[in-house]
Amino acid sequence: MLLIPCPWCGRRDESEFACGGEAHIARPADPDAVSDAEWADYLFMRTNPKGAHRERWVHVHGCGRWFNVARHTVTHDISAAYKVGEKPPGDAS
Amino acid sequence: MADAYLRQSPLAHLGLAARAAIPPEDIEGTEAGVVLCERPARHQIGLRGDARRPAFRAAVKGVLGFAPPAKATTAAGGTGLPRALWLGPDEWLVVTDDDDAATVADLSEALARQHAHVVDLSDARAVIGLAGAGARDVLMKGCTLDVHRRAFGPGRCTRTLLARAQVIVHQITQAPDYDLYVQRSFAEYLWAWLEDAGTEYGVRVTA
Repeated sequence: MLLIPCPWCGRRDESEFACGGEAHIARPADPDAVSDAEWADYLFMRTNPKGAHRERWVHVHGCGRWFNVARHTVTHDISAAYKVGEKPPGDAS
Repeated sequence: MADAYLRQSPLAHLGLAARAAIPPEDIEGTEAGVVLCERPARHQIGLRGDARRPAFRAAVKGVLGFAPPAKATTAAGGTGLPRALWLGPDEWLVVTDDDDAATVADLSEALARQHAHVVDLSDARAVIGLAGAGARDVLMKGCTLDVHRRAFGPGRCTRTLLARAQVIVHQITQAPDYDLYVQRSFAEYLWAWLEDAGTEYGVRVTA
């Protein structure tokens, strides 16, 4: 089991959370302007990396908040948890 | 709030009042390490708003006498009523006396012109009291929360899972003495689980 550091509640057991998939996927600003292929890419295509991954989690049985987690998909090492709207740690862009 | 003549505790059929009336000397076994009770019905009010806004804090303080706690997983109001339990960064559960119908109306009025939300949730949850020397051990059996006295003490509250049921745990005193707010459809299950989990410490039911 993972011990997930909720930005509000602190370290809690994984059973209190639900995972919402990959983070930082921006919805096209004007959906009518993009091609079907681009829309399908937004809807369905995920990076699915073996290694560092940023994903959304929700503390559903806690404070109820969505936030982002930087997790290594092989070692499960969680290097950071940060609130929605904040930049990922180590991201200079 | 439901009409008074329709209201019934989800634990009413367990006969807890009759069990609580049995004199302790008539109960066989060792001393009770776990003391369970159903707390009397309370007014429970869901409150949401932006705690960073002074107008919101002031409006709540004007009604309750204290501002909603801004610090995560803490409760305001001490051991008495009313209390405000932190549930999320913009969400609290305000708990007052059952006959205190004024608070929900006063909060609604005080926050009428703000981006805030007040709703009466009184009958959504039952409140189970858990105390005794074994209370912390019983919690540890079914809950992943760190309830060690260094990590979780009096005045702390949080939503979590206890025996897979979502509860709001509020530690009131160092003794320890907990309030467990559980959705009413889970109340009978959680009570049965608590009695089972507490059997090895000895369970006593009080009013």
